[in-house]
Amino acid sequence: MKDIISKKVQDMQPSGIRQFFDLVLGMKEVISLGVGEPDFVTPWQIREAGIFSLEEGFTSYTSNKGLYKLRLSISRYLKNRYGLEYCPDEEILITVGASEGLDLALRAIINPGDKILIPTPGYVSYGPLTELAGGIPIYINTRDSGFKLTPKLIAEGVEKKTKAIILNYPNNPTGVSYTKKELEELKKVILKHKLLCISDEIYGDLTYDFEHTPFPTLSGAKEHTIYLNGFSKAYAMTGWRVGFACATKEIIAAMTKIHQYTIMCVPITSQMAACEALVSGRKSVEEMKREYKRRREFVLERLNAIGLECRKPQGAFYAFVSVKNTKLKSLEFAKELLKEQKVAVVPGVAFGSEFNDYIRISYASSMENLKEALSRIEIFIK
Amino acid sequence: MDEILEVLEKDARATPEEIAKMLKKKTQGIKEAIKKYEKDGVILKYKAVINKELIKDADASVRALIEVNITPQKDVGFDKIAERIYSFPEVASCYLISGTYDLLLIVEGKDLHTVARFVAEKLAPLENVKGTTTHFLLKKYKEDGVILKHREENKRIAISY
Repeated sequence: MKDIISKKVQDMQPSGIRQFFDLVLGMKEVISLGVGEPDFVTPWQIREAGIFSLEEGFTSYTSNKGLYKLRLSISRYLKNRYGLEYCPDEEILITVGASEGLDLALRAIINPGDKILIPTPGYVSYGPLTELAGGIPIYINTRDSGFKLTPKLIAEGVEKKTKAIILNYPNNPTGVSYTKKELEELKKVILKHKLLCISDEIYGDLTYDFEHTPFPTLSGAKEHTIYLNGFSKAYAMTGWRVGFACATKEIIAAMTKIHQYTIMCVPITSQMAACEALVSGRKSVEEMKREYKRRREFVLERLNAIGLECRKPQGAFYAFVSVKNTKLKSLEFAKELLKEQKVAVVPGVAFGSEFNDYIRISYASSMENLKEALSRIEIFIK
Repeated sequence: MDEILEVLEKDARATPEEIAKMLKKKTQGIKEAIKKYEKDGVILKYKAVINKELIKDADASVRALIEVNITPQKDVGFDKIAERIYSFPEVASCYLISGTYDLLLIVEGKDLHTVARFVAEKLAPLENVKGTTTHFLLKKYKEDGVILKHREENKRIAISY
């Protein structure tokens, strides 16, 4: 029976984490700081647009690339906000969340044996998706540089057949982001080695200490970038599953080929709602961002007081916290904390085996929950 | 709006220490700012939002919107008569408005009779009151930005990447 499942798939997924997740899901009255999505519901005017589109009878397929109206709105939004120009006809593809965009990007560019640079700690799907596409992930450990990529780290990672690098900023799980100046430095070495940059900027709108700079806005970078973004995090639209990929028309055409056979198109209701998000959602985004920022400050202050070390995240809604002092491995820490204090966090080992002395705390949770959860963590540690 | 107010409007019980942490400012500064807001009348009071429909013996379980037509007085216009009216404890809110009538009152009482008696015996007989129209509230859905519903259950799954 075991032979039925492909070798590639059998090798995926660290099982310890899955068990821990099941443990959390099976428990009641847990305060969860383990959630990778906003605690806000989608702003009403966006939900209403989705409902209205159903009332109007919009229930069909859309074009493979997505509703033209949505691509046009995205194109205008990127131009107005960042001065970034992508043609709605050929350079934008609507995807099922940024996740699908990532999968398509990798499958569109990888030949067997191609290597992809992946900074760690990083989002869990980069490695497995690279392998599924026939590539070889080359992990770059950013631990010693404050979880930040440096030109040197990139240069050291480059080997023969290295095709691309995946950037993710603000980063899940560390919240680390880069200023324009830092990005310029990274860009130089990326272009020098003729790498393609897959830039996952899903948390871009949630950057707190400086303006977010999309990678393709750097001079000379656009032709060498696949820019991935979506509505999930900033607009609190995770369940709608709508994101987008922007790149040269050759790359978008290649990604669209795969997309048309696998997905066909993103659900029309979600696309219609996303159109509304771009029309009237900015105010809500800014409100939510201010709230996350306040929570960030509060959480950091409390962690400090408790004696848990954590670098200041500059974006997203995560804090990557060292639990080295407790002498517990991350999974142990998470399990014990869950059992003793009913607080759920994600063990660092989920983001790379080298991060077994960290946990990820999500502050996408109400202030009330955060206060209570941090008090419980304090009790747990003592 | 100042973020201190944004925080307090959501949770009046947030302490200056907590707000200081959230906004990365000194506690003392937050305390002073709040004091100033209180002094200037920007912050008027701190109160719990209570869903009275769920309380059986509430003194104010019945609410009515009452439109009042009044004759303005020389020199003081509507203010004097408005003051006479809003001074009644039964009057929870009182607004001067444009349109077909002058004052809009929100009156609270423990039952229909109490409110009806207030209108018949206290309000209507006033010299400058020309007429009243009473609308009893049947159901409150949302008040001052708060949706009056039991806490919703958590719809997110408890853990995810």
